[in-house]
Amino acid sequence: MINMIASPSSFIFLLICLMVGAIGSLLLRKYDDIANKWSGIFGIIGSLWGIIFSISAITIGNNQSFTLGESGFQFLSLSFNIDALSAFFIFVISLIALFCSIYGIGYVKHFYKKYDIGALGFFYHLFLVGMLLVVSASNGIFFLIAWEIMSIASYFLVVYDRNDEQNVKAGFLYLLMTHVGTAFIISAFILLYKFTGSFDFEVIKANVGLIPLFVKDIIFVLAMIGFGTKAGIIPFHIWLPAAHPAAPSHVSGLMSGVMIKTGIYMMIRIFLEILQPVPAWWGLAVLVVGAVSALIGVLYALTEHDIKRLLAYHSIENIGIILLGLGSSLMFSSMNMPSLALLGFVATLFHTLNHATFKSLLFLSAGSVINATHTRNMEEYGGLIKYMPYTAFFFLIGSMAISALPPFNGFFSEWLTFQSLFEGIKLLDFPQKWIFISAAGSLAFTGGLALACFVKAFGSTFLARPRSEEVMHAKESSFSLKLAMGGIAVLALLFGVFSGPMISFIKKIGENLAIFKNAPALLSASTQGVGLENGTAYVSGPAFFIIFIIVAFIAVIFVKYLINKNQKIKIGATWDCGTDLTPRMEITSTGFARSIILIFKGLLKPSIQYEIDYQDSESRYLQKSMNVTLGVEDVNNSYIYKPLQKFINALSVKAKKIQGGNINAYILYIFAALIITLFLAL
Amino acid sequence: MTIIIWIIQLIFVPTVSPLCIGVIKKIKAKFQNRQGASIFQPYKDLWKLFHKDEVISKDASWIFRVAPFIIFTITIIVGASIPLFASFLENNITSDFLFIVYALAIGTFFLALAGMDTGSAFGGFGSSREMTMSALAEGGLIFSLLTVSLPRGDSNLFAISGSNIVSETQFFLPIMLSFIGFFIVLLAETARFPFDNPATHLELTMIHEAMILEYSGKKLALMEWASANKFLIFVGLGSNLFLPFGLAQTADIKQIMMGISFLVIKMFVFCLAIAIIESSMAKYRFFRLPDILLISFILNAVAIGFIK
Repeated sequence: MINMIASPSSFIFLLICLMVGAIGSLLLRKYDDIANKWSGIFGIIGSLWGIIFSISAITIGNNQSFTLGESGFQFLSLSFNIDALSAFFIFVISLIALFCSIYGIGYVKHFYKKYDIGALGFFYHLFLVGMLLVVSASNGIFFLIAWEIMSIASYFLVVYDRNDEQNVKAGFLYLLMTHVGTAFIISAFILLYKFTGSFDFEVIKANVGLIPLFVKDIIFVLAMIGFGTKAGIIPFHIWLPAAHPAAPSHVSGLMSGVMIKTGIYMMIRIFLEILQPVPAWWGLAVLVVGAVSALIGVLYALTEHDIKRLLAYHSIENIGIILLGLGSSLMFSSMNMPSLALLGFVATLFHTLNHATFKSLLFLSAGSVINATHTRNMEEYGGLIKYMPYTAFFFLIGSMAISALPPFNGFFSEWLTFQSLFEGIKLLDFPQKWIFISAAGSLAFTGGLALACFVKAFGSTFLARPRSEEVMHAKESSFSLKLAMGGIAVLALLFGVFSGPMISFIKKIGENLAIFKNAPALLSASTQGVGLENGTAYVSGPAFFIIFIIVAFIAVIFVKYLINKNQKIKIGATWDCGTDLTPRMEITSTGFARSIILIFKGLLKPSIQYEIDYQDSESRYLQKSMNVTLGVEDVNNSYIYKPLQKFINALSVKAKKIQGGNINAYILYIFAALIITLFLAL
Repeated sequence: MTIIIWIIQLIFVPTVSPLCIGVIKKIKAKFQNRQGASIFQPYKDLWKLFHKDEVISKDASWIFRVAPFIIFTITIIVGASIPLFASFLENNITSDFLFIVYALAIGTFFLALAGMDTGSAFGGFGSSREMTMSALAEGGLIFSLLTVSLPRGDSNLFAISGSNIVSETQFFLPIMLSFIGFFIVLLAETARFPFDNPATHLELTMIHEAMILEYSGKKLALMEWASANKFLIFVGLGSNLFLPFGLAQTADIKQIMMGISFLVIKMFVFCLAIAIIESSMAKYRFFRLPDILLISFILNAVAIGFIK
């Protein structure tokens, strides 16, 4: 039975199911409601099937290699290879897609009569198919096609709400950056082809010894930039905070939760499997990239007051944390310490899964807030906990999970990441040791700053008094939205409390990779908790959860009922110093983060501009009104992208000289090009 | 026997913590040439607050109501998970040092949310400042605990306090360096000078007091008690990880008594040091504070570099 579920035909069935969802909703586009339900139901069926398929594939543990017919092209073969690693990513994609599809059924309603619902369903399913193909393709060209399907489908989802000009702009930036990234990936594949003579991953892996070392290094840099652009590492992240907020919220959840992880998947596939053995500096480079992305990502998140942009910056931060695990894993694998490398690898995959759950939870609850208030600006929220209690509760759980507070899942994967960095500090010498120390320091500060950022996000969105009219008319979201958010919130808790079984499950996936085959056990995980064998590091999710509930219960009984039962509680006004307390006196999200921004002013370059209108423009004593604009400059923009843009513009001006518009000249160019090509060919 | 020791371990922090606050206040009063209240005054204050009626802001949500219970519970759990007077108690489940750091962060998280919940300007600014401080203190805190965990590769706090690494010459210098770093974090996390003024009610300077401004009655009592617990937790960590003298190594009644008396002496020394600092220096300007916290982090990073 289980063999049948995990068979190639079952995977094909999964793809067909999603394609039926795609084409069906396109055919039904005349009827908004039916198209939406069709898309949602096929999304749910497909992702449920994906979850069952991937779990059975991991349980069986053998590779599923198969090819779909002849493509008719020389280099392209439609070949798949689903090993445990692919199956794990199929699991993550299906899991998040399940809840996003449920959410979509209710959420998409506000697009009715405004946009084409059929097109949304079509691209949504195409996007899912693209991601599934990306993590299962085993031929370079086929992979690139899948990669493009994923990118283009998500581009159309980003620009779906096209009446907002900002979204169209964001979509263009996304399209541009993703293709710059693809260009790097293509170059990496061409280099691989040149030295191994094949685009097939298996053949490349077998012939990896033919690649000279410096070419390997070049491939590493190209792949790091190419896949890093998709993953959103700094400084290739600029599309991410623009594109993720623009998409409809359930798509943002998928993009932030899952799509950027396909970049991580390919990094694992290429660095930890195909190109093994690797030089030590790769691991260190990945660590540095991860440390920088984590710290800078969270700092930029603090500066945001657009709730979805804030979450998008946190994706960059979490990609950084994932890369810290991956970097230490690479480092240890190059030093031939497979059990430590396995520790880093498990941290990478577990944080990938955890980030997918809590980030999509946060995006879905942010979407629920935006749906009710029609703005993304956190300065106009406030007090929403009274109007949307469920959404607030789910957002709180997401915030606690992403801030790595136990017993939620984020804590356990960050704990593993910390452990693998600590092992590096213990074992290595100068100078590698200091890179591990800086990485651990960056992770420590990132944790603290993320906590501050989510106090800001939750506090200024849901607490205190409403700061705009919109909030007072806000209503709790419909059932399907609550169901989706509640489902992931429960998962965020369960993955934390049962982190032991989850980690041993992920460990099994790692042991399928060649480099971890004979790794001596270092990480021990059981239902009770997770620990390392070589020391006393041990954490237990269920124990803390149970102890916390018991102690809290005793404290409540003790305080409420044993001491002074007849206490009266009066409802009064907040202390207002004798003035009228207005919502303007609350702290805003800008105000909350201002002190941290000023502390890091060397990096964030905060600016303040005054525009003052005077009663009498000559005497300039009495002000009529004053506009204060607080801003933060993006260092990447001003030091990397602006100079680059200037350079390209200058180059284009030069190129204009040979493009005079004279057709005779153009014919001459073609002729010259032909002659040169002929000579080269001979 | 073990059960009795465990019970002492469990209730030690909540029963003794108000005394610490009382002792500091007494010493400070002596510095100011005052008689000062009795060192048992904090107990009486708690008793009084527990019997008072409450006023809750109409803007407050359930976060405001549950936060004191969550914060108090966390300090009880953490208080029972750190070595106090005996290092042989083997608590494997909640004594990992990273776990302690992140469990305390739960308390900070809810404290800051409760501060924002009533929509008062003071509470909001208190939360903002508290989160700024605790975000910057996190690096120093994790690294100082990492320093003492590295020599033996132990992450369990009881194991660290039992290994007595500071007595080995090669580890003496790094551990003293990281102790200085830890002490800075202690002052920041427990809202002491030069970070915060625990006695102030001046709105412009306060951090911790601003967040709990809207609390009254039982919930205020819980908040005050929890912050006293947190103080004792940090004193306990500082005295037993960095200066692990006199801890009971076996379940022997004499050793236990010795462990407790050593702990009391160490607590008194910490209280004296803090009272002297509070009486002899001014509170720092807010934007000078990151410098001190960064010093804490750098001292610890250097200390880790020294450990081979």
